[in-house]
Amino acid sequence: MAYSDKVIEHYENPRNVGTLDKNDEHVGTGLVGAPACGDVMRLQIKVSDEGVIEDAKFKTFGCGSAIASSSLATEWLKGKSIDEAEQIKNSMIAEELHLPPVKIHCSVLAEDAIKSAIADFRSKQAAKKALSAQPSSEAQGQQTSAQTTSAHAE
Amino acid sequence: MQTPIYMDYHATTPLDPRVLEAMLPYFTEKFGNAASRSHSFGWTAEEAVTHAREKIAKLIGAQNPKEIVFTSGATESDNLAVKGVAELYKEKGNHIITTVIEHKAVLDTCKRLEKQGYEVTYLPVGTDGLVSPDDVAKAIRKETVLVSVMLANNEVGTIQPIAEIGKITRAKGVLFHSDAVQGIGKTPFDVDAMNVDLASITAHKMYGPKGIGALYVRRSKPRVRLAAQLDGGGHEFGMRSGTLNVPGIVGFGKAAEIMLNEGKAESERILALREKLRKRLMTELDEVKVNGSLEHRLPGNLNVSFAFVEGEAMIMAIKDVAVSSGSACTSASLEPSYVLHAMGVGDDLAHSSIRFGLGRFTTEEEVDFVADLVIAKVNKLRDMSPLYEMHKEGIDLASVQWAAH
Repeated sequence: MAYSDKVIEHYENPRNVGTLDKNDEHVGTGLVGAPACGDVMRLQIKVSDEGVIEDAKFKTFGCGSAIASSSLATEWLKGKSIDEAEQIKNSMIAEELHLPPVKIHCSVLAEDAIKSAIADFRSKQAAKKALSAQPSSEAQGQQTSAQTTSAHAE
Repeated sequence: MQTPIYMDYHATTPLDPRVLEAMLPYFTEKFGNAASRSHSFGWTAEEAVTHAREKIAKLIGAQNPKEIVFTSGATESDNLAVKGVAELYKEKGNHIITTVIEHKAVLDTCKRLEKQGYEVTYLPVGTDGLVSPDDVAKAIRKETVLVSVMLANNEVGTIQPIAEIGKITRAKGVLFHSDAVQGIGKTPFDVDAMNVDLASITAHKMYGPKGIGALYVRRSKPRVRLAAQLDGGGHEFGMRSGTLNVPGIVGFGKAAEIMLNEGKAESERILALREKLRKRLMTELDEVKVNGSLEHRLPGNLNVSFAFVEGEAMIMAIKDVAVSSGSACTSASLEPSYVLHAMGVGDDLAHSSIRFGLGRFTTEEEVDFVADLVIAKVNKLRDMSPLYEMHKEGIDLASVQWAAH
C-alpha cells in the first residue's frame, strides 16, 4: 500500500500519544472500533471551564492510516472549542492525509472517536449539573453517566 | 548487511545464481523449440528438457520422468489436476474432498466445479493447522474421485500428514492430489512412498525462475488420466499443449538438482535460524503466539501474532524487513486470513499476525537485526495501543462491548 508522506510522517512521529484521566470531569473519552475489525481508537479531550479543548491524547490499535488519522485529529482538536471540534469531518481528515479509498474507513473512525469523546464530556457535564440541581437524584445521575461511558470506554 | 532484508520466502525466492548460469545459454545460442524434431536446435532443447524432467522426478521420488508435465506454474498445475480429474472421471462420480486451508488455486477451482454440479467437501483443520486423516477417511464416499490436500501451508507452514492420507486414498481407490509447492525440498516428499497420484510444484519457491511449474501425474498403479485444459499441439504427453519454456525448465531442473543435493542440510540450518528468531521474540516480548503446530512446520516459517498490535502497522514499522501479514489491512478485502480463521484464531489475533519466511540466503546477522527491530517496534506500537493498556490494567478485552463497525 503506497501511503502519502503525511500518513508516514504522522505514523512515524505520532502526536499526542498518551492517556488522560478518564475520571476527570474535564476529560471526555471516546473509544471506538473493535479488535476483531482490526482497529480500535481511543481519543481523549481535556476541556477547560471556558469550553476550549486544551489537551488531546490518543491511543490507537490499527493500521498506519488509523494511527495517522487519530494523530492528526488530536492536533486539530487542541485549541478548538467543543462546537468547532464537532465540525471536524472524516472527509477533511481523508483529504489532509490523502488516504487511499480502502482507508477512508480510518478517517470515519477518527470522526466517530471525536464525536464519542465530546458526547462523553457532555454527558459528564450534564450529570454534574443534574447532581448540583437535584441532590436527591444523585444515584440516578451517576448511573446514566456510567452507562454512557461504558458503551464507549469499557 | 543490506536492507531491506527479505523474509518472505513463501511468496517467492530469489533465483540461485547457479540456476541462472544454467539457464543463460538456453535464451541465446541454444534457443531451439523442444518440439522441433527436424534439426539439432530442437534436439538440443529437447535433451535439456529431458534432463530437467529427470532431476525433478528424482526430487519427488517419481519413478518415470514422463510423469512430470510442465505447466506455467502451480496455479495452472492445481487447475489441471482438479479440473482434469473431475472432468475425466465424471462417470465414476462427482465428489471431491479438499481442505479449508488450501491455496486459492485449489479452493476457487473447487468452487467453479461446484457451480458445474460437482460436490465438494471442505475438511476443517485443528487449531494446530493440521488436517485429520480420519476426517479424510470419513468423507470418502463411492462418488469421490479426488482428494486434494496440500503438503505445507503457505501461511502457517504446517505440514500435513500426506503419507497417512495417501494410505487411505490408495486403499479406497481414490486419486490423491497434493499441492506440494511450499514443501518441496524443505520437508520429505516422495510421491511413491506417500501414495500421491498428482502433485503440483513450481520452480520459483525453490530458487528457480518464475513462470515454470509442473504437475506430477502418476503413470502406473494407478495410471492417472486427465482432461487437458489447453487445446493445441498436444505437448506434454497430450496433457498440456503449448511450446515449452525451455530456459525455465532448465532452471527448474537445476533448482531441483541443488535441492536434492543440499535441501536437507539447508533445512537444518534454516530451522536453527527460525528457532533463534522465535525464541528471541517469545522471551523478550510478552503475548506472542505462534500460529499452528510448531512441530509439523516448515523450517523457514514463523507465523506469529503480536497481540494488541495491528499487522499492517507492524509491517510499516519494520519497513527494512520484507514480510507478509494475515491482517486484512494489507489487502482491499478487509477480511483477515481465512487460514488463521479456519484454525480458530480470533479475528483480533488474526489482525495481529506476521509471517516471517526464512530461506537459503537468510543469515544469522539478518535474524539478529530483525529480532532487535521487531522487539523495539512491537514495544513502540504497544505503547500506542489502547488494547495493550487495557490488558495491562487487567481488563478482559473479550468482555468489552465493542461497537461493531
